[in-house]
Amino acid sequence: MAFQPIKFYQTGTFTVGNRLLPPEARAVQANMRRTNSLNSGHRACQGCGEALGARYAIDAAMSATNNRLIAANATGCLEVFSTPYPETSWQIPWIHSLFGNAAAVATGIAAALRVKGASGVRVIAQGGDGGTTDIGFGCLSGMFERNDDVLYICYDNEAYMNTGVQRSSATPPAARTATTPAVGEQPGNPFGQGKDVPAIAMAHGIAYVATATVAELRDLEYKVRRAMEFRGARYLHVFVPCPLGWGHASDATIRIARLAKESGLFPVFEAERGEVVGVSKIRKQVPVEEYLKPQRRFAHLFAPTPRPEVVARIQAIAERNIRKYGLLERTT
Amino acid sequence: MLKQIEGSRAVAEAVALSRPEVVCAYPISPQTHIVEALGEAVKSGALAPCEFINVESEFAAMSVAIGASAAGARAYTATASQGLLFMTEALFNASGLGLPIVMTVANRALGAPINIWNDHSDAMSQRDCGWIQLFAENNQEALDLHLQAFRLAEELSLPVMVCMDGFILTHAYERVDVPAQEQVDAYLPRFAPRQVLDPAEPVSIGAMVGPEAFMEVRYLAHAKQVQALELIPGWADEFRRAFGREAGGLMHTYRAEDAETIVVALGSVIGTIKDTVDELRAQGVGIGVVAITCFRPWPLAAVRAALVNARRVIVIEKTLAVGIGGIVSNNVRAALPGSGAAVYTVIAGLGGRAITKASLAKAFADAIAGRLEATTFLDLDRQVVERVLAREREVRRSGPIAEAVLKEIGPVAARPG
Repeated sequence: MAFQPIKFYQTGTFTVGNRLLPPEARAVQANMRRTNSLNSGHRACQGCGEALGARYAIDAAMSATNNRLIAANATGCLEVFSTPYPETSWQIPWIHSLFGNAAAVATGIAAALRVKGASGVRVIAQGGDGGTTDIGFGCLSGMFERNDDVLYICYDNEAYMNTGVQRSSATPPAARTATTPAVGEQPGNPFGQGKDVPAIAMAHGIAYVATATVAELRDLEYKVRRAMEFRGARYLHVFVPCPLGWGHASDATIRIARLAKESGLFPVFEAERGEVVGVSKIRKQVPVEEYLKPQRRFAHLFAPTPRPEVVARIQAIAERNIRKYGLLERTT
Repeated sequence: MLKQIEGSRAVAEAVALSRPEVVCAYPISPQTHIVEALGEAVKSGALAPCEFINVESEFAAMSVAIGASAAGARAYTATASQGLLFMTEALFNASGLGLPIVMTVANRALGAPINIWNDHSDAMSQRDCGWIQLFAENNQEALDLHLQAFRLAEELSLPVMVCMDGFILTHAYERVDVPAQEQVDAYLPRFAPRQVLDPAEPVSIGAMVGPEAFMEVRYLAHAKQVQALELIPGWADEFRRAFGREAGGLMHTYRAEDAETIVVALGSVIGTIKDTVDELRAQGVGIGVVAITCFRPWPLAAVRAALVNARRVIVIEKTLAVGIGGIVSNNVRAALPGSGAAVYTVIAGLGGRAITKASLAKAFADAIAGRLEATTFLDLDRQVVERVLAREREVRRSGPIAEAVLKEIGPVAARPG
């Protein structure tokens, strides 16, 4: 279909429809030739943030590599819901080995491609937060340190959802999970030191580290495309709400992801060689309550006994992120 | 070409001659010299094209090999002991996926207590992980088995573990015949994978399999190993024709044809056993040896045929299955239903304890005289054990076990023989 320039008169929104954009600026998903790398018919839950994030990320990577892509997948929801063989949703060469070794398997694939002179074929490793920040962390760090030519994508839904919502090192403070129940003096996940894996990735000095959410899919596509412009180790951390595990409506996935960003709880940025080079500013700051309240995993903070002191501690985390990354536009 | 080189170096040369494309290395004694030599060969350009990857753990080493093999590269790594245990999950995965990775295991004891010396506990702990397991008797065989291992692995699309005794072989300087590159190239074709990650023909590898098909997938893994039992002898013949020497096969016998007593063993101890048997033969004792090369798949029929006329079978085991005793001997028993032969388990050489001809000769004589217990521990210091047990009975907080034994033994360090 020929491109028809359309004038953009609409105001008061940040959303720009694809038809209003020049073709080169349109989303990969809006293109008729998108690869549907993670095809429909898989068994993800309704409203799954991970399925959405993976579809956009992998299609964008396919687009950026001229469809020459291999993926290594950690054990987890994404693996289980996509390949109940003989059904597979993957339209790309794809391997699942173990829970904790996706980064190393990807290293091996990249090495094989290099030795065979097939450097035009690129490699992605992907996993959930458990497979990335916990059990696969050693292999991930090794891959970063060697600067292997792999883009690792973590789809972070802040707990072990595939096994029934148990706590991971990415679970936020106060969140209820099956192993941090909402009982006792301090219900939910304890306040620990946290494990900021994007920052740890940056500390390795790798070429590119970025965070994204499924609320800004165009930004996610951009970051995948940008990541594929570099060689060596790269890391993309995607915030993907889980209606089942978080206890929110399945049509609220995008809204929850947006509130995580707009509250400051999930900073969206990109970094090159260990230094932040771009930040997605908060457009309209919201208190963390707005993010927490629609999620049953935080319900014990509001009823039957409200715990404003806990909410205040979470607000303090958001404020720290806002300061650290400069997430608010300065008003002069 | 004949060379006087270290066992590890001989294996490194064999691996290099096999043209591996990805070699993963993580240091653990006593396999380090092998990957060091390969690393040097890659870095100097002598081995090319090949990627040498220093990984952060054995788990990563096997995982990188899995990725490389699935992407169509000939992949190799080496490990030992704790390293083999640390990659256990990936070992089962590599065999389950049917990836023809070759790995050297420089056999070493497992802790605790930590011990770097030789026995077979590491490889035996992984006997059911779906890998083919070959055991080398000497350094020439270690070299030759590696050449065969790549062939075997890629023909069957199964991973192969070549086991060689740590230090006893890996660190021993012996004369080995190192074949020429052309010879190896003629013997070992280029790797043509059965499955490969290829954007031109996308496949999903490692899908979840439920109860409806899991039995069949697992059966096929077993069937492939059984198939290996049929193919391995033929490949050993082919190897002999190509290189002019015997190596590999399922097992071989030594002076066993008319023997009433047969000793079964694996690995380097077979040399000592053969010498002992020679001395006993000179005294008129009817004794022989069955040396197992291929432990997985277990060559049940071949072992049965070799032992069919034996009155007693003595299995020398460099491993201990705590709570039952022998591992190899249980496999031997499975090959001997109704033969009436007595099977003795002799646990020997754990953690590098020297296995001497004198001790072996005594154990064999005891077995022939009907004095040997069904399961015995060669050269076990019973007095020390009794004193430690007595102390445990007397004192509740008797302290760490290993330290108690060392205290009893006193400052003697290693006691060869």
